[in-house]
Amino acid sequence: MQRVYPKFCIFVCYLFGLNTINGTITGFHLLALGGLRFNTMREEMGKEQDKLISKVTSGEYKYGFYTDIDLDIIPKGLNEDVIKQISAKKQEPDWMLEFRLKAYKAWLGKKMPEWAHLNIPEINYQDIVYYAAPKQKATMKSLDEVDPLLLDTFNKLGIPLEEQKRLTGVAVDAVMDSVSVKTTFKETLAELGIIFCSFSEAVREHPDLVKKYMGTVVPYTDNYFAALNSAVFSDGSFCYIPKGVRCPMELSTYFRINAAHTGQFERTLIVAEDDSYVSYLEGCTAPMRDEHQLHAAIVEIIVEKNAEVKYSTVQNWYPGDKEGKGGVFNFVTKRGICRGENSKISWAQVETGSAITWKYPSCILRGDNSTGEFYSVAVTNNHQQADTGTKMIHIGKNTRSIIVSKGISAGKSQNSYRGLVKMLKNASNARNFSQCDSLLLGDECGAHTFPYIEVDNQTSIVEHEATTSKIGEDQIFYCNQRGISNEDAVRLIVNGYAKEVLNKLPMEFAVEAQKLLEISLEGSVG
Amino acid sequence: MLQIVNLKVEIEGKEILKGISLNVKKGEIHAIMGPNGSGKSTLASVLAGKDFGDITEGKITYMGKNLLEMAAEDRSKEGIFLGFQYPTEIPGVSMVNFMKTALNEHRKYRGLEPLSSSDFLKLMREKKDLVKIESGLTNRSVNEGFSGGEKKRNEIFQMAILEPKLAILDETDSGLDIDALRIVANGVNQLKTPENATIVITHYQRLLDYIIPDVVHVLYDGKIVKTGGKELAVELEKKGYDWIKKDVDIVSYG
Amino acid sequence: MDNREATIKRFSDLLRDNRNRIEKNSAGLLNSFREEAIKQFAELGLPDRKNESYKYTNLEPWFNANYKSYFVPEAADFRAAENFKCEVTDLDSYNLVLLNGFPPRYNGIMAGLPEGIWVGSLTEAAERYPGIVEKHYGKYAHNGKDGLIPLNTALASDGVFVYMEKGITLHKPIQIINLVHSDGDMFVQHRNLIIVEDNAELPIIVCDHALSPQKFLTNAVTEVYVGENAHFDILRVQNEHNNAAKLTHTFIHQEKSSHAVSNNITLHGGLVRNSTYHRLNGEGAECNAFGLYFTDRWQHVDNFVSIDHASPNCISNQLFKGVLDDYATGAFNGRILVNKGAQKTLAYQKNNTILLTDDAKMDSKPQLEIYADDVKCSHGATIGQLDEDALFYLRSRGIDKNEARLMLMFGFAREVIDNIHTEALRERIDELVLKRLRGELSRCTTCTINCDK
Repeated sequence: MQRVYPKFCIFVCYLFGLNTINGTITGFHLLALGGLRFNTMREEMGKEQDKLISKVTSGEYKYGFYTDIDLDIIPKGLNEDVIKQISAKKQEPDWMLEFRLKAYKAWLGKKMPEWAHLNIPEINYQDIVYYAAPKQKATMKSLDEVDPLLLDTFNKLGIPLEEQKRLTGVAVDAVMDSVSVKTTFKETLAELGIIFCSFSEAVREHPDLVKKYMGTVVPYTDNYFAALNSAVFSDGSFCYIPKGVRCPMELSTYFRINAAHTGQFERTLIVAEDDSYVSYLEGCTAPMRDEHQLHAAIVEIIVEKNAEVKYSTVQNWYPGDKEGKGGVFNFVTKRGICRGENSKISWAQVETGSAITWKYPSCILRGDNSTGEFYSVAVTNNHQQADTGTKMIHIGKNTRSIIVSKGISAGKSQNSYRGLVKMLKNASNARNFSQCDSLLLGDECGAHTFPYIEVDNQTSIVEHEATTSKIGEDQIFYCNQRGISNEDAVRLIVNGYAKEVLNKLPMEFAVEAQKLLEISLEGSVG
Repeated sequence: MLQIVNLKVEIEGKEILKGISLNVKKGEIHAIMGPNGSGKSTLASVLAGKDFGDITEGKITYMGKNLLEMAAEDRSKEGIFLGFQYPTEIPGVSMVNFMKTALNEHRKYRGLEPLSSSDFLKLMREKKDLVKIESGLTNRSVNEGFSGGEKKRNEIFQMAILEPKLAILDETDSGLDIDALRIVANGVNQLKTPENATIVITHYQRLLDYIIPDVVHVLYDGKIVKTGGKELAVELEKKGYDWIKKDVDIVSYG
Repeated sequence: MDNREATIKRFSDLLRDNRNRIEKNSAGLLNSFREEAIKQFAELGLPDRKNESYKYTNLEPWFNANYKSYFVPEAADFRAAENFKCEVTDLDSYNLVLLNGFPPRYNGIMAGLPEGIWVGSLTEAAERYPGIVEKHYGKYAHNGKDGLIPLNTALASDGVFVYMEKGITLHKPIQIINLVHSDGDMFVQHRNLIIVEDNAELPIIVCDHALSPQKFLTNAVTEVYVGENAHFDILRVQNEHNNAAKLTHTFIHQEKSSHAVSNNITLHGGLVRNSTYHRLNGEGAECNAFGLYFTDRWQHVDNFVSIDHASPNCISNQLFKGVLDDYATGAFNGRILVNKGAQKTLAYQKNNTILLTDDAKMDSKPQLEIYADDVKCSHGATIGQLDEDALFYLRSRGIDKNEARLMLMFGFAREVIDNIHTEALRERIDELVLKRLRGELSRCTTCTINCDK
């Protein structure tokens, strides 16, 4: 219960489709407005939790609708021309196009990575649309100029783009298919010197910053999907926190794949200068489709001296149907570098969606005394496959890292933790502690743990622990004896199991994540 | 036997001991009392030679030698014994092997032949009775899986075998029930001779009902703020540490 | 032609050119496997660092060296080995000496053994007991990714064969003293087969030594069949020199309610790679895989363990501990595989390593792969240094720093040694380890060769 909330964030109940439980949420708002204390809210949350549990009866994917909106599309296929067209459509400077073309060449020379514990069907990269943008006016003076269908889409997803809904207190950059639709609260943030805008805008407005940092943490040669993204990325978010500024609100990017046969390739770049702080949220959904859709993103974070970046993700791409048909292939390269002394990066992720997840948010701990954290809950059900984890590369002295990974497998899914902890020669007194637990629900799924520990330093200490088990029958029995049904007991236990990670999320995200967890496991309990 | 003069110790930039002076003569029992965080355990560790923090000022002379220049094991061989507040568990190292090695190191230092295994086992049996330690415990690894009380009794047992000149007992009473407390105190008293000295570090007065101190010091905020006879402990128990704190705070503000 | 292909070609040629000589000295059964094995090797090649299970061990320099001999077609001359006294010899055991991978031949059965036990040459056994050998040979040594196994099948001409009839119990262990000795650099390959029939009990000790300072590379494959309710215990003590590489592959196939223990204690060796496989094939089987490693100078030790839970209600336990000094490097690859349907599995795995210097390096890869839900599996790995508090505690009792460090290292190793249940053997290993830690143990007590260049 000992959590500290950024001042503004407690109001946000909007993200994601809370429309299912509108009544309660409104109450929630009023409570918040009335300035009630946090513990009251917690109680409320407890009730909320109960309601959620009782409410969940069907595990359908809620965000599977499709918005029929006019699109500006570059036809399927990938070649240098397509890349030039993307660049031209975005009116990019030459250096950006060059970067893309170099990345494309690098990609051609690479092979799809095969080391993950995943069964990936062959992907036809020529059968993908690499650019699809909702048609809208080039520059928008006000929200009225945004296509109402688009606004409606995001409203349906629970993402209000109208700034008058200030209650939310979250600045949102909404990305649909290939482009950023709208960034809220830009002006408020600008007063503090914070830049928060779409990546395309950053390339135009802040080319020096983009040039300085882009590709420094994840070079385009890094891996197959990073090269692909660097060649064709269409948009994303850019965030710059100047020296000494604590960002007063959560910054959030919401990603939505809408169009058919479309890949989503966004990149996010976050730079936190000395003594700054920002908490960043990322959410994503996609319509239900029979075909697989490709998502290959890059997130780069640069953290300078005494600065801290918190990056939270709730990943809920369409996971495919019960037979494993359709679903998003999610291949993401996320990496941050703690460049300065005493800097900190904290990753928190709740992975419930996608047919295939391949994702390893990592920290390069270069600054002395810097800290890396990774908290993850990954849920797989039906035919989903996830291979996710982190890398903690300790370079500086007294660097610290903690890894807490909770895997939950159900149905016929395969769920793997893969992580690397590396202590380099000069990382004296570095410490790592890893706890990787797996929970199995059902006898047709798999749970796997692949940690790599490499220590080249006498004074560092690395500890890794992992357990795999099914839900304790005695725990369930204990619940049964107190009148709780099997299904509810499992939910309670799963929630308790994931709590350590959920507690690391901003509260409104935690509520959402918890609900997602339950929906994701729907139908998996016998 | 032991003279501490104006000892100042810093740990991670924070001054923990702010000028301690203490004089212990042979045959004496000193009690050092004080609230949590006053620096009692730091003082004990510094005397035993634990490598931590910085000694920024001061001198410690033990039996005419500069104690601060001596390695931890040499201090032990010179007769300093620390009864740990939290005795360390050492898996895989058996009590017998541990104590035998220690005792023979002590003997070697004094120019004596190492004790034979049978003589050593005899000695162990003898000393075990002193603290009523179960024979099973000595076959186990050092402190591993010992209960709190067993660990403390084990400390006194080791003290009995090594026969120190200066024993420093750091919160040896903490976590003991009344019977165990009596056994431990009884052990300490039996080991007492006119030739050796004892420093008893404690939070409560109750241990001092069994081990009667000659001198009582009150340590507060890194300084000895009061020194008196055994009646000081009784007074402290009655009035609590707030009494001392108030006094000191008044002095420092006044 | 790149390195990989060159190596493949070199060894394929080696077999082709010398096939007659190898086959003449081996048994028909063993020969019948060679063609297929060399094909398989040609596909797999030598495991390199791209191979997940060899990620931390570089075999190339050892395989690219020029050896005077790459296989030993003739039975060995045992005269040189006669004077050798193994560290563990005063133990009451049945001793069998292997020289360069060869057991003494032509004596048939080892003398002094009780009824129902046969210990001797595999090649001889294949001729004497074709039915038994055929039933088991080549049946358990499977790893579709490791080319060293078909390489051994292709080139080895002999090794040890042990057979225990049903219900026979051996109270004294069989000790296999594995010597390499040559006047030129040598590549040794031998193949062992051990069969413990239902309800039988067999303890084995293997001691590896190198008697001459030449460069040695040993690639040994051992297949073990442990029948229903049978007990099998193998303890390997490795004490070769820095110019010797030892690659062992031990495949232990366990039937219902069987119990097997493998324990690899590595005291010295230039490069040591122990691959231990336990397949728990029948319900209620139990296995323990232990390892203890001490390395210094430029030595490298890699323990690879694979526990395959193929049946329900089985228990497995892995414990590997080591101390690395100087520039030494170590690796641990542990894998627990719980197959679908292997319900009620209990599987534990632990790897702890202490680094004594800043130049020592340890890589650990403990892995769980689980396809059944009613299981309890856990693993833990730590890499660190000696506990400072414990060190202070010992010193505060008058034990000097070096001695205290030694005691802690020894205490650290005890957890593995305590699992040796024969008291006399445990005491010998205790002494050996202590000597090793004190630096008093050369590759063997009689060694006068300075092999650390």
